[in-house]
Amino acid sequence: MMPLMKAAPFAYARPETLAEACSLLAEHGPDAKLIAGGQSLVPMMAMRLARPAWLIDIARLAELQHLAAPAEGKADGVFVVGAGVRQCVMERDPRARASLPLLAKALPWVGHVQTRNRGTIGGSIAHGDTSAEIALTACVLDAMLELCDTSGVTEIPAREFFLAPMVTAILPEQCLAEIRFPVWRSADKTIRRGCAFEEVSVRHGDFALVSACAQLELDPDGRCLRAELGLGGAAPTPLALPEVGAQLVGAKLDEQAISAAAAAAVALADPEGDLHASADYRRHLARVLVERVLRAAQQDARSTVGT
Amino acid sequence: MSIAPPQGFRYIGKKRRTKEDPRFVTGRGRYVADIALPGMKHVALVTSPHAAARIKAIRTDKALALSGVQYVLTGAELCAGTEALLPGVDAPKVTRYPLAHGVVRYAGEWVAAVVADTRALAEDAAEKIEIDYEATEYVLDPEKAVEPGSPLVHPAHGSNVLYRRKFVWGPVEEDFARAEHKLGLRVRWGRSATVPIETFGIAAQWDPGQQLLDVWASIQMPKYPDQIARALRLPGNAVRVHFDVDVGGSYGVKRGIKHTVLVGYLAKKLGMPVRLIEDRLENMRGGDMHGPDRIFDLQLAFDSDGTIRSLKIRALDDVGAYAGRSPLQLGKPVGAIVGPYQIHSVEYEPISVMTNKTAQEAVRGFGQSPTNYALESGIDAVARHLGMDRIALRQKNFIRKDQFPYLIPSGTSYDSGDYHAVLDKALAAADYPALVAARDAARKAGRLAGIGISSCLEPSGGNSSFEPLFNPKNETTTWMDSCLVRVDLSGAITGVMNTSSSGQGHETLVATVLGEVLERDPDTIRVVHADSLNALPSNSPVGSRMAIMLGGAAAGAARKIKAALLAIAAHNLRKDVAELEYHEGSVSVKGEPRQTLGWAQLVEIAHRKFHQMPPGLEPGLQAKFVWEVPTGGGLPTADGRIQMYPCFSFEAHVVLVEIDPETGQPKLARYACGHDCGVMISPDIVHGMTFGGIAHGIGAALYEKFAYSDNGQLESQSFMDYLIPSALEVPALTIADHCTPSPHTTFGQKGSGEAGYLGAPAAIACAINDALAPLGASIAELPMTPLQIWTRMQLARAGN
Amino acid sequence: MSDDRVYPVSIEVNGTLREAQVPARLTLVDFLRDTLRLTGTHAGCEHGICGACSVLLDGEPVRSCIMYAVQADGRKVTTIEGLAQPDGRPGALQDAFCEAHATQCGYCTPGMVIAAHALLETNPAPAEQEIREAIGGNLCRCTGYQQIVDAIKLAAGKNTGNAA
Ligand SMILES: Cc1cc2nc3c(=O)[nH]c(=O)nc-3n(C[C@@H](O)[C@H](O)[C@H](O)COP(=O)(O)OP(=O)(O)OC[C@H]3O[C@@H](n4cnc5c(N)ncnc54)[C@H](O)[C@@H]3O)c2cc1C
Ligand code: FES
Ligand code: FES
Repeated sequence: MMPLMKAAPFAYARPETLAEACSLLAEHGPDAKLIAGGQSLVPMMAMRLARPAWLIDIARLAELQHLAAPAEGKADGVFVVGAGVRQCVMERDPRARASLPLLAKALPWVGHVQTRNRGTIGGSIAHGDTSAEIALTACVLDAMLELCDTSGVTEIPAREFFLAPMVTAILPEQCLAEIRFPVWRSADKTIRRGCAFEEVSVRHGDFALVSACAQLELDPDGRCLRAELGLGGAAPTPLALPEVGAQLVGAKLDEQAISAAAAAAVALADPEGDLHASADYRRHLARVLVERVLRAAQQDARSTVGT
Repeated sequence: MSIAPPQGFRYIGKKRRTKEDPRFVTGRGRYVADIALPGMKHVALVTSPHAAARIKAIRTDKALALSGVQYVLTGAELCAGTEALLPGVDAPKVTRYPLAHGVVRYAGEWVAAVVADTRALAEDAAEKIEIDYEATEYVLDPEKAVEPGSPLVHPAHGSNVLYRRKFVWGPVEEDFARAEHKLGLRVRWGRSATVPIETFGIAAQWDPGQQLLDVWASIQMPKYPDQIARALRLPGNAVRVHFDVDVGGSYGVKRGIKHTVLVGYLAKKLGMPVRLIEDRLENMRGGDMHGPDRIFDLQLAFDSDGTIRSLKIRALDDVGAYAGRSPLQLGKPVGAIVGPYQIHSVEYEPISVMTNKTAQEAVRGFGQSPTNYALESGIDAVARHLGMDRIALRQKNFIRKDQFPYLIPSGTSYDSGDYHAVLDKALAAADYPALVAARDAARKAGRLAGIGISSCLEPSGGNSSFEPLFNPKNETTTWMDSCLVRVDLSGAITGVMNTSSSGQGHETLVATVLGEVLERDPDTIRVVHADSLNALPSNSPVGSRMAIMLGGAAAGAARKIKAALLAIAAHNLRKDVAELEYHEGSVSVKGEPRQTLGWAQLVEIAHRKFHQMPPGLEPGLQAKFVWEVPTGGGLPTADGRIQMYPCFSFEAHVVLVEIDPETGQPKLARYACGHDCGVMISPDIVHGMTFGGIAHGIGAALYEKFAYSDNGQLESQSFMDYLIPSALEVPALTIADHCTPSPHTTFGQKGSGEAGYLGAPAAIACAINDALAPLGASIAELPMTPLQIWTRMQLARAGN
Repeated sequence: MSDDRVYPVSIEVNGTLREAQVPARLTLVDFLRDTLRLTGTHAGCEHGICGACSVLLDGEPVRSCIMYAVQADGRKVTTIEGLAQPDGRPGALQDAFCEAHATQCGYCTPGMVIAAHALLETNPAPAEQEIREAIGGNLCRCTGYQQIVDAIKLAAGKNTGNAA
């Protein structure tokens, strides 16, 4: 790596509307990049690992700043998050915390206060890092992503969005506009709901070596009605594990069920080794963390009553 | 020098604010990157992608064609125009120039330098330089590098071994033969460094009219101006280094000779001010600031009662592709080779070996912390072997306070200490019984917990006797420092120091000492840094020496001022000096307080009233004091015995660590350190440096490593992979002070610039191993990362 | 490779509107330091890890090395210089840093003070762990953080009227 720390030259545009942003993308194609919070892109540009000729700043687009909780009284609904919403805003928003407790638990793991003040929900997803907590949460909750370009809007489930490390299904001319997180609720007040997010990193605030999260619904007897879980850093992309969740439905989450789920999760993991963690270590952490989040989510469910 | 008692000081040892802090907290420090010279140009570097290669061709035309690009310098021109930089040992064929010429010897080595109007433009141009390389064989493993037939980093030198000698001090073989037990162990200290948050930077300007090179640099380097001048073939007085630049941390590594020769050459050649501020990637890879990377093989001979009789240490140190002072880092530990223990004889075999990696530089403690880690690992191994308590074993072997001065086998005399008392204080500060209870409770609950202990020395005062010890051609025994004090016409006091500071609070040190001796409020005293043409001799703040050497020099100069004031008063009051007393700057006749000359009157006489001056006394009020390190300055004996440094601070660390039994993640749960550096001149500063040293030691023990891939690429080049501990990794730290004054220094002070770092890695390693012991696992290599710890846990569990 | 086009920016820095023409690739930290000569903000890594470059953007702490000056156009930036008293002497938090000797080389200090300031604005009486989290993204190599934590406690104590 050459010791470079100043970006290559580029042209900058700050469109006023999403439509304008999309036409700039259409015009410049792969030479252009969107910048939202810049917390991932700017370091890469500094080292000249990314060198867009055009930088299109979408951080201030009002159209990407919305947060909408599902209407009261409906059963399951979706919580709509504009892609440009900053992580710190999401972290503090009381409706988001109530509707999306798993995301609320994930956010404190994302970098530091200072990076969350700039970094966006959409930017984290679009960046496509395998250990991004927000991306993992979107996959686990089976969020829907709305992409737009000059020809309109397309939807893609988060679970189909991530293709390889830092590679996603987004096309160069597309902008991620919003993320729709399904909210778990129901009229049945006896249902207990819980979630947990855990990760292992070498230092606090570093990218996770491996992360895991889970969200559960239990009946009053503690039997699992619904379970979703997933792993970050344990495969080339964030990994939702619906098949493992399905395996838990109907069961009491005793140690045996939990360790079977963890074993099933690890079987689906496909981690890479690097300086800080070998593939074996990551696989081991995946098992440990799946067990931990299932225990913790169950504990969480026991301590809260459904809403 | 007389020993002042630790109590009875006016300013020394008191909680006082420092002089430097107000400018730092308001962002008004002045660092090298803050210096803007009119028309200044910026350097970017082109570096080698190969661990070893021949340079076949360099094409610069595309780079030069970019607008804003001023010049591209390559090794051919620079090598012809400058003198080679030489290593600190006798190896004249191991030469170094700032830019590679013909061959590259590590990935990241500088090959070309671009000068442009902005740093960004210089980087644009650096990308356009085309270099053809022919990759050659390289060696990365120091143990392979010493073997015959391995690729040679410097073929002209004929071997990769830069320095090797076996010292035998005392009847080692007899002691081994007589001992009831022997054991051997191998421990490894990983490649890490001090990694200041400010990288190295330099700005230089050549004045053709004056034939003078002005240099502003982020520097902590003895004989820096002389070395630059020599390399640039300039007379010493044609280089002026501005020491009033605040240095953003150094702890040893800010040496920057190659940077300065490069930039000085360019500034002179181009006739423009030029600067090079390393970016972080350059700093980590090409900045030549990696620290020791050592394999220790130890053997200990001891009896069943715990008496350690003798010790053999072989230390293989990987200095990377070039060497400045780095081989000497194996030399300093000679002066504390037995640590705080009574060990009768020692064999020491330091081996300095070159590999195709980034060069090593001085790191906090100059090689002592790795040696302390090895020695303490040996002590723990003896305790395990005998089933003896680690604390009791240490206490049994400690030099007792009534044994000082204590001569160790390698010829150094320890000045003073009370190791038992300091360890006791550390144990009390940690609440050791509670710590044991916490550890045992954790273990009972199925968790992994361990307690670590270390008891280590900090040699201080920096006489650099490793130079003649490791290089018989180098007869340097002078290692002086100095201070100039002026009292101006208004009566204000200014102290002049002669080197730059990198966070050690020297201005506070000088002001406190001047205030103490002259009995004037230190807050009213200004301290400035002379430039190198105005400066008295200094050897810069290395070797934990400034409290001793600069503090002593300031006291010496202040005493001369005081003597002048007394002489003026004696003359004017027509008394003998013996009949007078000095109080807060006034001089009165003893017992007759009405016969007094006040500070303002005395100063006035000195500056304006020559007719009232005693004959023979210089007018004005200024004094300089230059002195040699106390005890220092001898050449080694034929068998390599030497007084290495004058003063010996001591620290005892007690730490409780918990390891997640599933993930291997360590967490420091409690940390206490007992510390004795004699009389503390500024307790806040001593504590601060000790806290910082502990944090740095936590980094070396658990997090930090310059890791190389098999093809010789530095893998931890950015701050994403080189992991400096944050406030969340460093726990709350407790320090328990103890004071055993040094008999050798002005106020009884000893050094503390390396405090904390010298014992923390040893203590943490000890704690990790204590935690792993119930599994039958152990680790003998730093850093002990989660991956390492987990791997050992797995191996042990698989074995059971 | 295109040439560096310049863009107009107007940024309120420490209460004063500053206008300039800057290349898009100029980071906010370089703009503050080199264009405005406000050298109190430091660069330690320029890739977002060390926190030395922290400033307040519309009152919130951010890293000025991973933000371009053009992105700050029309916004308010407060640097370490802006937290001092009008005559340049240390402000209250800065004074607590002096009292606790929370700085050595001073290189990380501006970023630490900014991070601490932001914490105390939203949490006037933080617990030790909250303090450590707030400065957890700011690396210091000199102090071991102990005296920094002490300084922030001291400042918080003054905030709430309890001496620490
Ligand atoms: C010190 C530090 C620590 C960090 N730690 C973590 C961590 O632990 N976990 C973690 O997940 N992240 C971490 N990050 C990265 C996180 O902070 C970023 O916020 C996030 O990855 C990207 O969001 P952003 O808004 O900053 O995107 P940007 O950096 O602006 O953009 C990132 C990429 O996404 C694209 N993009 C952005 N928005 C859109 C959009 N709406 N549509 C299409 N493409 C878009 C950009 O073109 C770019 O390619 C860390 C960053 C730093 C500096
Ligand atoms: S310089 Fe900005 S985070 Fe390091
Ligand atoms: S005071 Fe030097 S890095 Fe923090």
